[in-house]
Amino acid sequence: MSAPTRRFDEVAVGDALPELVVPVTRTLIVAGAIASRDYQDVHHDPVLARQRGSRDIFMNILTTNGLVGRYVTDWTGPGGLVTDVAIRLGVPNYPDDVLTFSGAVTGRDDAPGDDGRGGVELSVRGANGLGDHVTGTVRVRLPAGTAAGATGGAS
Amino acid sequence: MSTDGSAGSDGTAGGDGTARSALAGRPLAERLAAFVGRPAGEALRAPDPVNRPMIRHWVEAMGDENPVYVDDDEARGQGLPGVIAPPTMLQAWIMRGLRTTLEVEAARAAGRSGGTSATDQIMGLLDEAGFTSVVATNCEQHYVRPLVPGDHLEVRSVIDSVSAEKTTALGTGHFLTTRLEFSDQAGEVVGSMLFRILKFRPHPPTGPGEGAGGDAARQADRPLRPRPLLTDDNRFFFDGTKGGALLVQRCRACGTLRHPPRPACGRCRSFEWDTVEASGRGRIFSFVVNHHPQVPAFDYPLVVALVELEEGTRLVANVSGIAPDEVTIGMAVEARVEHFDADLALPVFVPAPEGAGA
Repeated sequence: MSAPTRRFDEVAVGDALPELVVPVTRTLIVAGAIASRDYQDVHHDPVLARQRGSRDIFMNILTTNGLVGRYVTDWTGPGGLVTDVAIRLGVPNYPDDVLTFSGAVTGRDDAPGDDGRGGVELSVRGANGLGDHVTGTVRVRLPAGTAAGATGGAS
Repeated sequence: MSTDGSAGSDGTAGGDGTARSALAGRPLAERLAAFVGRPAGEALRAPDPVNRPMIRHWVEAMGDENPVYVDDDEARGQGLPGVIAPPTMLQAWIMRGLRTTLEVEAARAAGRSGGTSATDQIMGLLDEAGFTSVVATNCEQHYVRPLVPGDHLEVRSVIDSVSAEKTTALGTGHFLTTRLEFSDQAGEVVGSMLFRILKFRPHPPTGPGEGAGGDAARQADRPLRPRPLLTDDNRFFFDGTKGGALLVQRCRACGTLRHPPRPACGRCRSFEWDTVEASGRGRIFSFVVNHHPQVPAFDYPLVVALVELEEGTRLVANVSGIAPDEVTIGMAVEARVEHFDADLALPVFVPAPEGAGA
């Protein structure tokens, strides 16, 4: 049984998302690069990365996107439908750092739409030891109603 | 040097290869500008349809335990037809993969541009000019619907803008912005993406552990430029630059152009107006070089010019692509739209090629 889905009517502007702490390992950087078919050497080869002026390999932007998506749906539960992810990159994610996500609800539709869902806007920040690695805005559509009155999924 | 997401993803931006040779010998800014709005040659088809093995690799890498990506029953319980792909995988489906990456890198090492697409040609031009490093700075994705196994994507891309030369904390370089549109096997649009990279000449490392990456922190913390005060009268101008156009207000009664924007025509007093797109060509009417006080969002010395457009109106804008002490009154300039951040795009003037001035 999966985690319950957060409902549109239970969300208010100003709500904070719980933090998510992601250890930035070499394995994560390389696995994320390969899972996104990104074979740029700076994401898997420390020697070539240093030759190119970086201090080590670093996470690619597709992995950052994937982690942002995960952070948001960890909060919404499986019924949250992500419609927009807009991110800006800051400092790189090098191995052995720790990436900590935080976020908050910054906007909310007045009422659910014809699809039985309501739109919610979130601001998301992922910071590591060097500063902000990623800042961005995510929009997600949540099923209407409250958990108590809900019977299953959004359709 | 970071993810070359754009180069990896918009092999579609097919160039015909002629623009580059025709412009050979022209200033870099002009050669770069020739690519703006280009695209979209052949659409690029994803190497593989949306599929469960790639989804599994992705969710395991990300540590994402959302069951709708791997379990049909759970997905149906959420009203979905079955498992869906994580939305943020959008770009992954059209990445060029290992073989093409190696081919392009080998070509670059051999001094060739490494591809025929507009992006490849721009990267080649910038490499030649010494802007050899690349870092992704922005990615904005919109998803029209969830993707399901079997969906086979096609992507069309357009070079949205190439910034004037810009000095950032990472180094001096050009921002390259690409817009991509994804469609499915039925030709329906399923998503879109704006992708921006900085192609730059890195500063030498300043000390142990302070490579280009360390400098990115300071760049990221840089304050944004001040926002314009938007009104119903001037909003068109800033919306126009966001779309890459330099617009001038025009009286609908007598046709007189005016700038800065205002409600009524100074000639005939009419309140009816529309806009026309300026050519972007003009001459420097007057200018100052600002050294002090310095506002953190700007680079100094900062050339602030009053530019007289060939259409006749004048506007205040920055000048780049030239040393401040080489700017002269009367010199021919051309507008480039520079995207300073996600919400602000402004015209910046660069020297126009010989004989091309207003």
